[in-house]
Amino acid sequence: MPNEVKAFKPKIVAFCCNWCSYAGADLAGTNRLTYPADVKIIRVPCSCRVNPMFILRAFQRGADGVILCGCHPGDCHYTTGNYYARRRMTLLFSMLDFLGIEKERTRVEWVSAAEGAKFAATMNDFVATVTALGENKRLEDLRCKE
Amino acid sequence: MQGMMINRAKELLRDGTVNRVLGWQAGEFVYDITPAVFETEEELDEGFVYNGFCGNNLSKYLVKETLKEGKILVFLKPCDTYSFNQLLTEHRIDREKVYVVGIPCEGKTSGEMLKSKGISGITGISEDGDNFIVDTVYGQTTIAKADALEERCKTCKSKKHVAYDELIGEDGEVLDSHRFDMVAKLEAMTPDERFAFWRGQLSKCIRCNACRNVCPACTCEQCVFDNPKSGIAQKAAADSFEENMFHIIRAFHVAGRCTDCGECSRVCPQNIPLHLLNRKFIKDIDELYGDYQAGAEVGTRAPLTNYTQDDVEPSIVYHREGK
Repeated sequence: MPNEVKAFKPKIVAFCCNWCSYAGADLAGTNRLTYPADVKIIRVPCSCRVNPMFILRAFQRGADGVILCGCHPGDCHYTTGNYYARRRMTLLFSMLDFLGIEKERTRVEWVSAAEGAKFAATMNDFVATVTALGENKRLEDLRCKE
Repeated sequence: MQGMMINRAKELLRDGTVNRVLGWQAGEFVYDITPAVFETEEELDEGFVYNGFCGNNLSKYLVKETLKEGKILVFLKPCDTYSFNQLLTEHRIDREKVYVVGIPCEGKTSGEMLKSKGISGITGISEDGDNFIVDTVYGQTTIAKADALEERCKTCKSKKHVAYDELIGEDGEVLDSHRFDMVAKLEAMTPDERFAFWRGQLSKCIRCNACRNVCPACTCEQCVFDNPKSGIAQKAAADSFEENMFHIIRAFHVAGRCTDCGECSRVCPQNIPLHLLNRKFIKDIDELYGDYQAGAEVGTRAPLTNYTQDDVEPSIVYHREGK
């Protein structure tokens, strides 16, 4: 069907910490909860491992939305990692907003290993938000386009 | 002022307190000021200048200079002393090897600024209260400082020296500047307007890296921007991404450590208001984590290497008023 318009499917990158959110994603899977397959999970040792450049690089390589998931504040496997991540991401998101890049494309969510349902719900919500925004145009790198 | 500084430098060289002097000298034109190291009294007589064009922040040069033998004399303006303190905090300068002479500053201008006001053929400059008196090949002209000051000096944050061994002249006060006015104005715009504004500015970037090279907070031996695999090592002519990413990352790397000296904007050959990005971070940090002035004291912990258990969540960005 040549005239059919292909529905927009966003590419979402989810950075998940090894100890909580990655296990939470696992739980969502074992519980047979559905969330869109557009979410690509990248496992990191701690949410604090995520350099602001990682987020920008994800956008460069064609992501339409980037979400960072980590342990709830106070529950970090390394005691304080997510506290630092929280400050960094707050400032980074604020800066992206300052440059006029849609702030809805970035998000931080705390998901514990027991919160499979929250993981699935968060991803469903985030994918819906990004789908509504459409393709990432403001932080794209044309050289990385297919 | 210049005479007093040269005399004091000579005294300190003569009595052996220091073995060299870090100051300013004129370049090809009187407004092309470059930092320079003077080792003898004759060199000081020949080359040393201090005038309304000496905007260069000398703190960063101390990182290299204090690795050498002997003590160095440095002249620091009030805003430079903040950078000096910040470098001490980060253990980049050996304090024992520096003799700091604080000098007053009533704001600086630049050759470019004066030319944009129609003054050309500049051969000299002096100050008289609220005016600059500019000597040109066509005669002398007077221009009000309010018109001729550099952007960063119009919103000067402090005339107080936060670090010195001795002062020439009187110490000033921390000022109630309106330095966040422009940031607030941008924040009040819609995202589309902000995007258009920054595209207009950042697309001028030629990736000369001058902002990084001059920044007193950028003292890494190896810089991410020199890594060809960083994805942002070059300037892609037809692409907006590298410019955006370079400037976000540059500002982020100095967030919480930037003293707002404004050198980045001063050296930008394309006149991009880079200090606005740094000020945005400073403003956010002040609002979200409490007032913090980098370099005001030695040994304070930068906001991004610190935390409290009840910091705001990143989602605050979505809910802030007026946006």
